[in-house]
Amino acid sequence: MNFNNTVLKDEERIAFTLRELYTRYGFLQYKMSKFEEYDLYAKNRDFLVSDNIITFTDTNGRLMALKPDVTLSIVRNTKDIDGYVNKVFYNENVYRVSKGSHAFKEIMQTGLECIGDIDDYNIFETVLLAIKSLAAISGDFILNISHLDLISSVLEEAGLDEAGKRQALRLIANKNMHELRALLEKYKESSKRSAESVTRIFMLNGRPGEVISVLEEEGCAGQALEELKVLTGMLNAAGEGSRVIIDFSVVNNMNYYNGIVFKGYINRVPEAVLSGGRYDRLLEKMDKRSRAVGFAVYLDFLERFFENDLKYDVDAVIRYDDTTDRRMLFNAVQILMNKGMTVTAEKSIPEKLRFKEAFEMDDLGALREIRTDIKKA
Amino acid sequence: MLNIALPKGRLGETVYDMFEKAGYDCSQIHEKNRRLIFENTEKDICFFWVKPSDVNIYVERGAADIGVAGKDILLEYEPDVYELLDLGVGKCIMAEAARTGYVDQPQRTKRVATKFENIAREYYASIGRDIDIIHLNGSIELAPILGLSDVIVDIVETGTTLKENNLSVVEKIVDISARLIANKAAYEFKKDRITAIVNALKGEAAV
Repeated sequence: MNFNNTVLKDEERIAFTLRELYTRYGFLQYKMSKFEEYDLYAKNRDFLVSDNIITFTDTNGRLMALKPDVTLSIVRNTKDIDGYVNKVFYNENVYRVSKGSHAFKEIMQTGLECIGDIDDYNIFETVLLAIKSLAAISGDFILNISHLDLISSVLEEAGLDEAGKRQALRLIANKNMHELRALLEKYKESSKRSAESVTRIFMLNGRPGEVISVLEEEGCAGQALEELKVLTGMLNAAGEGSRVIIDFSVVNNMNYYNGIVFKGYINRVPEAVLSGGRYDRLLEKMDKRSRAVGFAVYLDFLERFFENDLKYDVDAVIRYDDTTDRRMLFNAVQILMNKGMTVTAEKSIPEKLRFKEAFEMDDLGALREIRTDIKKA
Repeated sequence: MLNIALPKGRLGETVYDMFEKAGYDCSQIHEKNRRLIFENTEKDICFFWVKPSDVNIYVERGAADIGVAGKDILLEYEPDVYELLDLGVGKCIMAEAARTGYVDQPQRTKRVATKFENIAREYYASIGRDIDIIHLNGSIELAPILGLSDVIVDIVETGTTLKENNLSVVEKIVDISARLIANKAAYEFKKDRITAIVNALKGEAAV
């Protein structure tokens, strides 16, 4: 079907663009029902962005939920197949409590998941698609990449126990180095790494090359650093690394996530619009052998982002009355429409209707503009 | 333009002085009038005064790139923002207070009057104490005097108000001071300017 692109709302246009992008990389669309059994979410509450869920009882007495998340359903329906990676994307409405208003909101979310025998290539491809997704929305974006295993090992070297680590993660997420220093002081006895070094690492925010050399200077080594090097190296080679920043304040829930995690920002949008990473731990919890990586893009912010406010409700209004010949009226509507205008025929023009031009028809069907200086928007 | 939200009132004025000394001044601010927004186009910054408990909202939602909020507000509302610096001013404590001579009755649910529900809930959960929260918006000190609550959880600065009402601190919960916060997305796109401000303010911070 041919249609005028301008009738698409921005979130629809972006959703189509992303769908095309993911399809080209061989991802299949995953379609799910609006409801799922509540049990699925109740077991993995911490994985969800907000733990408030709309529930209702189905006709057979089962407790159901309006889906607050898509990933859990996808994981549940994925089978372990050695050497194979199941690649799906989705574009679904999810139902969550909005942070600001504390009321339930319908949020359009798009995203993709790679589940199966994940390797460094799949991680690269996922991060690449995250970058391309952001670029599809705006050229002025940044992707923050972090590595949870690296954070974890630095905190272990600093002598922190589980409780200390949990506290530290909260502080790292907020770049709160003054309180992190105070916390590290408590574990000074068992620490093999100075507070100076720890806070230097967690305040890092910069181009991968610079950050990696600081990490090496600070004596970081091992698989996590190697993974960061491989990933950012491949992104650079693909010519997509220019907007990548390594920043360890990206600390997704460690009960579910591990390894590479990332967050995307777009200039002028006050919060992260993309979030994702490796989540092998969720699969372990759901008794799967597979590993997984994926991300979600929150499209609800687009409504405000493009600022193309409507000036007019309609381009032209044709006023007619009971005596008007209906065929001539339809003819007149078509003539204006063929000029590319949006047209409505009304018997009276309400005060609030905003339009560019208003017309009347004479007995021969010719259109005459009505002077509506006062009414024009 | 870098937007900076400051808390209205004495603390905000102290903090503004720190910005001024650090080289981020805006002479308009000293004029006596009812304006809420002050710009220094040359330095490309813009200050505005908002209610102290609203600073976190302005910053979290990006209307302000950075702002100054009390740690009490940050603990209570847990906004998703960066906390970049302890400014070391506006120092006080969040404490549990009760009528002088109060003895805790662990066999009963403790009735706690407070403006800071979240902080109180977390504190008592951390020590495993069963409580009944009574949310009040002001004159918290009245609650134990009139028998509305057993204790209060509130900010204690000098302790004078407590003393005058025959109340005293039972337990300190946490230290409070003013913190410089930043919107997470703004930090990414205005990192150099924000970092420069943090570094300049570090020299002024009274920690």
